[in-house]
Amino acid sequence: MSVVYQKSRGLTDVSTHYCPGCTHGIIHKLVAECLVELDILEKSIGVAPVGCAVLAYDYFNCDMQEAAHGRAPAVGTGIKRVQPDKFVFTYQGDGDLASIGSNEIVQVAHRGEKISTIFVNNAIYGMTGGQMAPTTLIGQKTTTCQDGRKEELAGKPIKISEMLATIDGAKYIARVSVDSPAHIRQAKKAIMRAFQTQLEGKGFSLVEVISSCPTNWGKSPVEALNWLRDNMIPYYPLGVYKDWEAE
Amino acid sequence: MTKKLMKGNEVIGEAAINGGCRYFFGYPITPQNEVPEYLSKRLPEVGGMFVQAESEIAAINMVYGAAGSGARAMTSSSSPGIALKQEGISYIAGAMLPCVIVNMVRGGPGLGGIQPSQCDYFQATRGGGNGDYRLIVYAPNNLQETADIMSEAFETSDYYRVPVMILGDGMIGQMMEPVEITPPKKKRNLPAKDWATTGTDGKRKPNIINSLYLNPAQLEEHNLKLEKIYEDIKANEVRYEAYNVEDADVVCVAYGTTSRIVKSAIMECEEEGLKVGLIRPITLWPYPDEAFDKIKKDCKGLLCVEMSLGQMIDDVKIAANGRWKSYFYGRTGGMIPEPEDIKNEIKKIIRGEK
Ligand SMILES: Cc1ncc(C[n+]2csc(CCOP(=O)(O)OP(=O)(O)O)c2C)c(N)n1
Ligand code: SF4
Repeated sequence: MSVVYQKSRGLTDVSTHYCPGCTHGIIHKLVAECLVELDILEKSIGVAPVGCAVLAYDYFNCDMQEAAHGRAPAVGTGIKRVQPDKFVFTYQGDGDLASIGSNEIVQVAHRGEKISTIFVNNAIYGMTGGQMAPTTLIGQKTTTCQDGRKEELAGKPIKISEMLATIDGAKYIARVSVDSPAHIRQAKKAIMRAFQTQLEGKGFSLVEVISSCPTNWGKSPVEALNWLRDNMIPYYPLGVYKDWEAE
Repeated sequence: MTKKLMKGNEVIGEAAINGGCRYFFGYPITPQNEVPEYLSKRLPEVGGMFVQAESEIAAINMVYGAAGSGARAMTSSSSPGIALKQEGISYIAGAMLPCVIVNMVRGGPGLGGIQPSQCDYFQATRGGGNGDYRLIVYAPNNLQETADIMSEAFETSDYYRVPVMILGDGMIGQMMEPVEITPPKKKRNLPAKDWATTGTDGKRKPNIINSLYLNPAQLEEHNLKLEKIYEDIKANEVRYEAYNVEDADVVCVAYGTTSRIVKSAIMECEEEGLKVGLIRPITLWPYPDEAFDKIKKDCKGLLCVEMSLGQMIDDVKIAANGRWKSYFYGRTGGMIPEPEDIKNEIKKIIRGEK
């Protein structure tokens, strides 16, 4: 019998703690597959965030460091400066990257640090129970904006990919989604490109993945994906924002 | 090698390299700027790397990443910057990463001032960050001692997997003294850093650098493991200088810059026939409690002198354990105690006027 599909060896056998229908799992799978297909798993060091993906260090089958909230790009910098021949990636949520760690992510791009970041944008703080994130949409209800996010109180949601694309040291920036098989295939291509950007020594790379949080959005997994398609993708357009090869 | 006239902050830089440090991550702040400036030039010459971070927060987290990669890494800063590093220091302590942190203390609170101070004693010895952890804290009072401590600090930190903090101030940083930088005297048997994240190379299970233990039983176990190391440090790493302690009617207790001034005051007292001793803690943690056991029973009192409103005095009282009265004299905000004023305090204790 031939094996048609199996779990990537880029992931450990530990079963994840993610909620049913949460797309963190799909993103993990894509990252793991890219590490294996590029044959870099054995020389990879990943950095886990503080957020729902905090336990990513138990899931990726490579060396891992667990960073303080928002500091993964700084930790990744320390790792990469000591080991320039190794592959270094961070995996961060939107509270982690776009709020408390916004300085670290801007500066890692500014220095053109040769690391890659997977940025999971689910428009909410998942782990702490659904508070407003900088990426929360106008009108979206969270536990700290129960009548919906209001622009006059909290501003408009921040567009990280567009912002980072303006920084010279950022060499590959793309926004993808994992809501459909077609989008998942595109997402994997983008992650591959981001990782290649590092392997070729070009500079910093980041893939923003629009992701769902059915639990804190108060939706079923299917409703959550529909909501993501109808609300998030229109505000956060998918696409490649920067590519060193195109320049 | 012969002695060379050097500036304190540069001694720290050169001795760090001597101790095997190859990575420095920092952010500018007075009065320690010569440390990063010196290392930005020197580290590349020895195959190392200097990174000017975007903030003290980022700098300490870069140290975390570098130390977790098995490198000898350090950062240096001054009080407000060290305050920002506390989150990272706590994570480093939790993840059992070796590194060295230098604090050239200045007056506070807040932005405070830039003149010498010892107002960060609590922060250094009581755990400035969250959680049950300790740092090994050294407070040298001259540049040769600074060189020796700095040269050994990385070895010590590697051995225990506990971060080391060096506490100085603008005076130590700016003064010039002849110094000889020699290889660390205390060579330790260091185990390989088989815990470092260097890539599995397909040859071993993944290594994880982490301070998260969601299961309280596991966290307690981790805390107890750390505590065992701390006990080991207490038993083996205490350092102090004791001067005429046995016979003294008053024993002064002072560290770092202040201890030099207290020493002058004591000399002047001796000329007047007074018997005054000095305990100078070189490790602020672990604290040299044992040094106090040599003080005679009828000693009239202990005088703790600090450039603060009284922080180490708590440790003096703990060490004295009710055996003698403990008094305090200090100047703060960057003001420096005068030998004359210290002498007056000593005399008041002898006359029973305190
Ligand atoms: C310094 C600090 N502040 C706050 C927290 C609490 N905290 C844990 S996870 C989190 C937010 C995570 O949200 P996000 O990054 O969006 O990731 P998600 O959980 O949605 O995947 C916060 C605020 C913390 N651990 N540390
Ligand atoms: S809380 Fe949200 S982001 Fe976190 S695991 Fe559950 S669904 Fe995923």
